[in-house]
Amino acid sequence: MDQITLRVARYRPDDEETEPVLVDYDVPLRPDWAVLDGLNYIKDELDGTLSYRWSCRMGICGSCGMMVDGEPKLTCATFLVDLAPGPVRIEPLANFPVIRDLIVDLTDFMHKLSSVKPWLIRQDEQPVEDGEYLQTPAQLDEFKQFSMCINCMLCYAACPVYGLDGSFVGPAAIALAHRYDLDSRDEGDRQRLTILAQPDGVWDCTFVGECSTACPKGVDPAGAIQQAKLAAAQEAMKSLLLPWRSR
Amino acid sequence: MISPLEARYYRRRMPLLWWAHRRSYAIFVLRELSSAFVALFIVELLLLVRATARGPAAYESFLDTMAHPAMIVLNLIALAFVLLHAITFANLTPRAMIVRLRGRRVPSRVVLAGVYAGWLLVTAFLAWLLVAA
Repeated sequence: MDQITLRVARYRPDDEETEPVLVDYDVPLRPDWAVLDGLNYIKDELDGTLSYRWSCRMGICGSCGMMVDGEPKLTCATFLVDLAPGPVRIEPLANFPVIRDLIVDLTDFMHKLSSVKPWLIRQDEQPVEDGEYLQTPAQLDEFKQFSMCINCMLCYAACPVYGLDGSFVGPAAIALAHRYDLDSRDEGDRQRLTILAQPDGVWDCTFVGECSTACPKGVDPAGAIQQAKLAAAQEAMKSLLLPWRSR
Repeated sequence: MISPLEARYYRRRMPLLWWAHRRSYAIFVLRELSSAFVALFIVELLLLVRATARGPAAYESFLDTMAHPAMIVLNLIALAFVLLHAITFANLTPRAMIVRLRGRRVPSRVVLAGVYAGWLLVTAFLAWLLVAA
């Protein structure tokens, strides 16, 4: 059977390694194998010490994102035959600190995500007996694409602004904030806008656009950020011209 | 304060030439650089206004300076960058701006066509001004 070489970044701080090294593994090249299947083959058959995250194998859980030949990819959705003859370089997601091998620390994103309040905010909660907050299909379409985010972090790995300045809130968090801003059931636009208009918020973005290119779910975080910029600028102008109306 | 586990993390730094390794990053950096040439055009316009205000001699001297081959080459390069700036800016508009008419969302292509139509209109007006003058 045909083989393909996976050149995998290994970082083993327990073994006194101070920086990652690339190690070659030959795995079978099967037409139905994704990069993740190759990694699982290494783990099961060649070297059980290799560490990486994965779960669903169907592009939903968002845990198997890695740099494949320098590009941020979901390894379950990137097929080995498309990368033949290889070798295929597999590294941990860029712009995040590496814990071990292909595993990165996402704590920074978790803090940023909760800081933009990605949940429905209501001024007055309606009593349960009044039923659900209703929404038309057209209202759903307004935000649906932004709700497809699976928090896989490929957009952060593709974003040079985040790579250069780690304090930037970043694409996925802003896209998710925007998702709730566009939701007809939500009343928290102002609260979120105040957070997003901070120096580390939307204005850090220089519209490289690579976040949207990298997204495996068709979300357009770059578009969301620019739309949030426009909203923030409009709010600022309104409060400047009509100070008695604001807040 | 970082934990002993975090102290062992491997932290990567972006290389100085990060933008040179990828075509899309390189185009982005060129787009950012184009702002400098937009500024150059504005400075030239202001110098022209100043020379005009100072009388015919100053105006002629300004024209002579601008007719120098080096200035023409510089301005041709600047024009290329300004066009890159304007075209990429126009193309990004539909993603930044959601336009609604009578409660319906206007398709991206129509917004884009509107931006280019506006650009064409302003260019035609300026051309007419020049010809009429």
